[in-house]
Amino acid sequence: MSTLTYQAIISERNDQGRTPPDLKATRPKFAVRNLNFWYGKSQALHNINMTIPENTVCALIGPSGCGKSTFLRILNRMNDLIEGTRHSGQIELDGKDIYDSSSNLVSLRRRVGMVFQKSNPFPKSIFENVVYGPRVAGLRNKARLYEIAERCLRNGALWDEVKDRLNESALALSGGQQQRLCIARALATDPEILLMDEPCSALDPASTARIEDLIFELKRQYTIVIVTHNMQQAARVSDVTGFFFQGQLIESGPTEQLYTRPANKQTEDYITGRFG
Amino acid sequence: MAKHLTRDLENLQHDIVSLAAAVEEVLYKSIRSLQERDIDLAREVIHDDRRIDLQENEVEEECLKILALHQPVAIDLRRTATILKINTDLERMADLAVDIAERALVLAEPPHFPIPDRLQRMTDLTTSMVRQALDAFVNLDPPQARRVCRLDDEVDRYNREIIQEIIAVIRRTPELLEPGLSLFSVTRHLERIADHATNIAEDVVYLVEGEIVRHRPEAVEVEA
Repeated sequence: MSTLTYQAIISERNDQGRTPPDLKATRPKFAVRNLNFWYGKSQALHNINMTIPENTVCALIGPSGCGKSTFLRILNRMNDLIEGTRHSGQIELDGKDIYDSSSNLVSLRRRVGMVFQKSNPFPKSIFENVVYGPRVAGLRNKARLYEIAERCLRNGALWDEVKDRLNESALALSGGQQQRLCIARALATDPEILLMDEPCSALDPASTARIEDLIFELKRQYTIVIVTHNMQQAARVSDVTGFFFQGQLIESGPTEQLYTRPANKQTEDYITGRFG
Repeated sequence: MAKHLTRDLENLQHDIVSLAAAVEEVLYKSIRSLQERDIDLAREVIHDDRRIDLQENEVEEECLKILALHQPVAIDLRRTATILKINTDLERMADLAVDIAERALVLAEPPHFPIPDRLQRMTDLTTSMVRQALDAFVNLDPPQARRVCRLDDEVDRYNREIIQEIIAVIRRTPELLEPGLSLFSVTRHLERIADHATNIAEDVVYLVEGEIVRHRPEAVEVEA
C-alpha cells in the first residue's frame, strides 16, 4: 500500500509558465524504504516507501496523529532525542543511509535544516540569530558572518525589512517576520534540505502568502519537505504530496494529480473533507 | 465544511438536472413544431428560452460560489468544473432549439419543402444522444458516455447526406430555394446539438475517471 514510484510528471510553476519536468529524470534526494518506526511499543509508522525528489517541494498531509510529523523528524534523526524510539528500514540521503554507523549526526543536521510550527527566535539580535549556526561551527570572521547574514536574510525574503536594524532584538519582529527569520537562520548553515513543520499555522494570510512565495523561491536551491494541515497550502506550494493515515503512506504522487484525481478512496475522502 | 459543500453540491446537481430537463423539453418541442408545422409550439419554444437563460446564470453563479467558498478538490472539483461546462452546452442546445423553431416558422409556410426521410432518422439519433449523455451524467456512467461520443460520426454523416439531398431538390425545383435554405439550417443545428451532447458525454468521462478525452479519439475508444 505504501509503495510509491513517481511515474508521472510534476508541474513546474515558474516565470516561464507551467513547464512539466520529467520526475523520472529528477534525482531522488531522500529514498525511504520499508520504514517502520516505534515509540516504545507503539508503532507510529508502517512500512513507508517514499522518494523525495531533489529541488522539489514535498507536502505531507493527513489527520492529526497520522505520523507525518514523526516521518518529517526522522529525516534529520530528531526522533533520536526521544527515549524509547526505534526504527527499521532505510532512509537514504543521496544514496547513503542516515542511520548508517559511519553517518555523522552533526553533518546530517547541518545538511537537513528544520523550521518549526511556532517561530522560535533566540532572545538575541536579528544578526546574531542568523549567524548563530556558523558561529557555533567556529566561524569568527565578521565580514564573512555579515555576508552570510545578508545572503540568508535575502533568501529568507526579510532583508529589505530588517537591513537597517540588524542589531535590534529579533523578538521585536512580527510573527511572520520571525518565521522568515527562522527560515533565514536555517539557511545559514548551508543545508541542502529544509524540513518545515506547519510553518504558517500561526500566521495571518499575508504572512502566509510571503512564506509560500519564499518556499517556491527556495526550491530552486533546496529540497523542501513541509508538513501542513492546510490542504490548500499543500496544493499551492508543493510539487509532490504524500497522504498519511494511521501511520501508513496511503498515497503519494504529483500534487496536481492527487488533488484532481487521487487514486485512493481514502485520500479522496480526506482531501474533500469527508473524514479526518 | 464538508457538510456545507455536500449540501451546495446537492443543490447544484438538482439545478443542473432541472436545467437539463427543461432543455430536453424545448428540444423535443422544436423538432415537433418542425415535423407538425405547428407555429404555436414553435413560438412557445422561442418564448421559453428566456427562462433557460436565467437558469443557466443561476447554475453558473452557484458553481462560482462553490469554487470561491469551498475550493473543492478531487471529485468535488471535477463535479463543479463538469457542471460549469455542461451548463454552457445545455444553454447552447436550447439556443439551437430556438433556431430550429424559427426555421419551423418559415417551413410551416408554403411552398412546402419535402422533408427527407433521413432527417427523421438524424433527429431521432440526435435526441437519443442528448438523452443518453444526460443519463450518463446522472448515473455517472462512462461506458454509456463513450457510446454517445461514438454516435457523433453517424450524425455528421446524416448531415452531409441531407445537405446533398436538399441541394438536389433545389436544383430540380428552384422555387424551393428559400425553404430549402431553412431546412439546411435545421440539419446544421441538429448536427451542432449532437456536438454539444458529445461534449457533455466527454465531460462525464472526465467527471468519473478524471481523464480529459476531448480531442482524443483514442481515449474515447477505450472502455474503462
